[in-house]
Amino acid sequence: MTSEEEPVQEPDDDKEIKPPPLPATPFGRMGMAGVPLERSENFRGSVVRLMARLRVEGLKIGGVVALAVMSVILLVLGPKVLGSATNVIVDGVQSPTGIDFSELHRYLLFALGLYVTSAALAYTQAYVLAGVVQRTMSRMRTEVEEKLNRLPLRDVDRMPRGDLLSRVTNDIDNLAQSLQQTLSQMLTSALTIVGVMIMMITISPLLSLVAIVTIPVSLMTISFITRRSRVKFIAQWDHTGTLNAHVEEVFTGHELVKVFGRQHEVEHEFDDTNEQMFQASFGAQFISGTIQPVMMFIGNLNYVAIAVLGGLRVASGAMSLGDIQAFIQYSRQYTQPLTQLASMANLLQSGIASAERVFELLDSPEESADPQVPLFDEHPRGKVEFDHVQFSYDPKNPLIEDLSLVAEPGQTVAIVGPTGAGKTTLVNLIMRFYEIDGGAILLDGNDISKMRRRDLRSNIGMVLQDTWLFGGTIKENIAFGNLEATDEQILEAARATYVDRFVHTLAEGYETVLDDERGSVSAGEKQLLTIARAFLANPTILILDEATSSVDTRTEVLIQRAMAALRSNRTSFVIAHRLSTIRDADIILVMESGSIVEQGNHEELLAKRGAYHALYNAQFAAAAVEVA
Amino acid sequence: MLMLQLLRKYLLPYRSLLLAVLAFQFVQTILTLLLPTINADIINNGVITGDTDYISRVGALMLGVTLIQVVFAVIAIYFGAKAAMSFGRDVRGALFRGVTAFSTADVNTFGASSLITRITNDVQQVQMLVVMICTLFVSAPIMIIGGLFFAIREDGPLSLILVVAIPALVMSVGVVVIRLIPQFEFMQVRIDRVNQVMREQITGMRVVRAFVREPEEGVRFGVANADLTETSLKAGRLQAFMFPSVMLVLNVSSVAAVWFGAARVDAGEMQIGTMIAFLTYLIQILTAVMMATFVAVMWPRAAVCAARIAEVLNTEASIHAPATPVVDLPTRGSFEMRNVSFSYAGAEEPVLNDISFRVDAGQKLAVVGSTGAGKTTLISLGPRLYDTTGGSVLIDGVDVRELDPELLWSHIGLVPQKPFLFTGTIASNLRYGRADASDDELWEALEVAQARDFVAAMPRGLDSRIAQGGTNVSGGQRQRLAIARALVKKPDVYLFDDSFSALDLATDARLRAALEPVIREAAVVIVAQRISTILDADQILVIDEGRNVGLGTHEELLETCPTYVEIVESQMAQEAA
Repeated sequence: MTSEEEPVQEPDDDKEIKPPPLPATPFGRMGMAGVPLERSENFRGSVVRLMARLRVEGLKIGGVVALAVMSVILLVLGPKVLGSATNVIVDGVQSPTGIDFSELHRYLLFALGLYVTSAALAYTQAYVLAGVVQRTMSRMRTEVEEKLNRLPLRDVDRMPRGDLLSRVTNDIDNLAQSLQQTLSQMLTSALTIVGVMIMMITISPLLSLVAIVTIPVSLMTISFITRRSRVKFIAQWDHTGTLNAHVEEVFTGHELVKVFGRQHEVEHEFDDTNEQMFQASFGAQFISGTIQPVMMFIGNLNYVAIAVLGGLRVASGAMSLGDIQAFIQYSRQYTQPLTQLASMANLLQSGIASAERVFELLDSPEESADPQVPLFDEHPRGKVEFDHVQFSYDPKNPLIEDLSLVAEPGQTVAIVGPTGAGKTTLVNLIMRFYEIDGGAILLDGNDISKMRRRDLRSNIGMVLQDTWLFGGTIKENIAFGNLEATDEQILEAARATYVDRFVHTLAEGYETVLDDERGSVSAGEKQLLTIARAFLANPTILILDEATSSVDTRTEVLIQRAMAALRSNRTSFVIAHRLSTIRDADIILVMESGSIVEQGNHEELLAKRGAYHALYNAQFAAAAVEVA
Repeated sequence: MLMLQLLRKYLLPYRSLLLAVLAFQFVQTILTLLLPTINADIINNGVITGDTDYISRVGALMLGVTLIQVVFAVIAIYFGAKAAMSFGRDVRGALFRGVTAFSTADVNTFGASSLITRITNDVQQVQMLVVMICTLFVSAPIMIIGGLFFAIREDGPLSLILVVAIPALVMSVGVVVIRLIPQFEFMQVRIDRVNQVMREQITGMRVVRAFVREPEEGVRFGVANADLTETSLKAGRLQAFMFPSVMLVLNVSSVAAVWFGAARVDAGEMQIGTMIAFLTYLIQILTAVMMATFVAVMWPRAAVCAARIAEVLNTEASIHAPATPVVDLPTRGSFEMRNVSFSYAGAEEPVLNDISFRVDAGQKLAVVGSTGAGKTTLISLGPRLYDTTGGSVLIDGVDVRELDPELLWSHIGLVPQKPFLFTGTIASNLRYGRADASDDELWEALEVAQARDFVAAMPRGLDSRIAQGGTNVSGGQRQRLAIARALVKKPDVYLFDDSFSALDLATDARLRAALEPVIREAAVVIVAQRISTILDADQILVIDEGRNVGLGTHEELLETCPTYVEIVESQMAQEAA
């Protein structure tokens, strides 16, 4: 008796474990110095795509802009009104009547009103913006989650899980933080610059030129620094992903790390990644941190230039003293938001680096799209045909080269054969977990590759050797098989699969939450739960891949009976250890290296004295010992 | 408080860097405070008089001062970034070491997903706060104090405005911070949850797809996502309150300064110039407070994250090395349990109850029993993945709790029920237990584990790649590699936890035969389902609901143990069917 779980993927030596869309090594992406052209294009692309996502919130964004404009206008006006108030005092001191307090208080109350309104506007703006950012992030998380459902399994298997998780949590979180901090600031700063610039031009177009020249200089500086910081930010978030992947794997295999005394090696490996992450984030922080002082320097340079030029103008009498004073005040007001804008642009680099990692995932190739309309009626009879099927995980190592078989409705097909023969692959192909390279698989005569995956799969119940259960109650996990099932039906399925028996020993019964904390459910019991799940699904086609390998033999005998009833009126594919359990199968397929070498029922195959006969004898010998 | 402890402990090694930050920031800030004076000088003595020479001279001075200021600021940022990022790196390192030292129960208490978030996301938050402190928080107080000093010097009575303004500021910021803290507590927990649901979806992808449960899983993720968005939104909106309210307090203060200043000017108690200067300093304080607010915005989240980090760091691994561990084992190869009982924390019923047996070198003990009887738990007590709640486990005659854990693990070869492999190559997985094993030794182990053929058939042999969890080799291959991994270790005690379940009987038989000479010197415990595979065991332990219901040879048990007979009969019935 043979059977082993088939390779989920054949060893694939010529390819990286990670798929092309994700970075094979974080270093590969960074280049030597500066940014490869492609990266910058990606970068610009990421900004555009991010904007596109924000645009969904069009009305709100419009509101935010409007509020920001008003708030900036009020803020710029505020000091003017306060200045008028000061003038009232100055006039008052010089006049014999003293200060006109009623006028003064009018100005002051007006200024107060401006400030209160401006604060209210600013608050409303930030409030709305928080919503825009958080909803956008929420949508991006959903986008990633939905994307996962469309990724080919063979790619998912190669992606480091922790890196994937890091993109959903760390990267989106970072993006949210930097957007929240930068968007409104950038808007306010940009508007302030425009406002101040207008004021400056009205005073002196010539001097304004000096101020205008500052803009390209600033932009060049910003671009010079951000180009460098960007590389570091990208590296920082890549390394965060790598670190997350390592941590995730080690924590998952925690027991083995301990028992095999690997703590030190694992720590060493961690330290390496941690150090690289440190280098990248230190670089990013330092380089981006320099922008503020450097911009302040440029601002001061601008100030001195204006002062020199202004002095000349005053000396030649081309400009009044009041104007030059006002102009100089404005030029200070002008460099401050410019500096702020630069810092924000830089902070945004970090966010965009993260956004890019999310987009990279969203861009990875997907499974072919499903047709819009269902191909066949809801209840197929369950005839499954393989017509000259070819399949390989790796084109260089063909696995299934020309496989044909027919399973009539209601038949039980058993698959036996040594490891790597392609047994699990075969049933995975029926599920369309992988797309075949040639030939066709037909359900009731319809090509399954032309069906909608969900139509196909909802007619198939599968019990895998991998006993995946989610962190919910036992009841919820059984109901996973059929969401419309009543409590009665759930209980019935549980009884039929001997789940009920052990659930009764649990204090909370069916409401027991499956977590690893209390070790309440053993591996064998988990397997029973997965059988109950498939039982409840009541499918047309049933696939049992090593369904009872961890269940003790006494329970197995009982389950076999239940499953025999379950199989009775549906097409079943069974991969099992003990040939005795599949002896009454209608067809037994003996597989060797991707091909069916023998096919027939138990008696026919025994009579052939071929591969099946040999397998059976090996088992019989063992069984004989047992009986002895 | 936990945050301060964390900062103190992990920033301590970088105190010289921090001192440098302080010094450079101090100079840099003083220079910044100087600049307005030079500005005024340029205007008053240069521009107004049209003295371009003077403007150039003082302008050059001003540029010189800014240049020095820029250099100092950059140096301060360099040291600050270095200290902050080193802090982050060290905390991550400490967390990772803490968790690897944890027992399985400890890891499960936190949940792997939460531990993963803590080590990346939570550390990131605290690290960013340190960056902010180094860059902004150092200069802000200097500017505030400087501003206050000058403001009070200008006019004492008018400074009374600050007596109202400062508490108002502290309150408006404080109220937001206090309300933010619970939001961020929720937020980090909900990030954990998003992480957990996503992790489950990735591991269970086949099952989800097989049952066409993508929409329902989408809903489950949607709930986690919506919860996270809700708290993020609440936090974001609270934060939105911070800046405008700080601005408002300060702007109102300047209005008040003019209001009350006017009265004082009118009364002749104050000059107009003084009032204007006072306003300038008020604005300077304003700017500094704004900068400090940046830190205040980040503080609550960082505080919550620091508490979560501290929670992990302060958790003693529930299983740790004894104070004076036994570092030498006198006899080799025996495994014994004396009246062992075990219950999981919080569980009512014990999983194991009064189990005793002894296996010596060269002997084999098989453990049989129904699903959920406690077989896996029994195995996991050997390497102290859990500690017994009663009785003791002895290896080579010494209680496992008295042994140096490293020594203990080096003596045990465990093949777990789930044959988990790590990302890497076949060779790196096989060398997991003994890094210095030669290629020949690896091939020997593969030979015994019946894995030689398929490894040899791979184009890259030992260097073939293994994906995370070993998903790119078949279940049977994975199991055989896990067996080979234990063999490479050459331990004194082998623990096989249902380790042959994915093997066909012929392979199983060959493997067992090949195993015989290899494990002759060792004590072997095998959890098995199939009686046929353990007939030759020296002892068979039958457990039922955690109790020993039979211990003896196959023949003895057939006579004395009804449960055993039932098991045998169930298998005979099956084979004969």
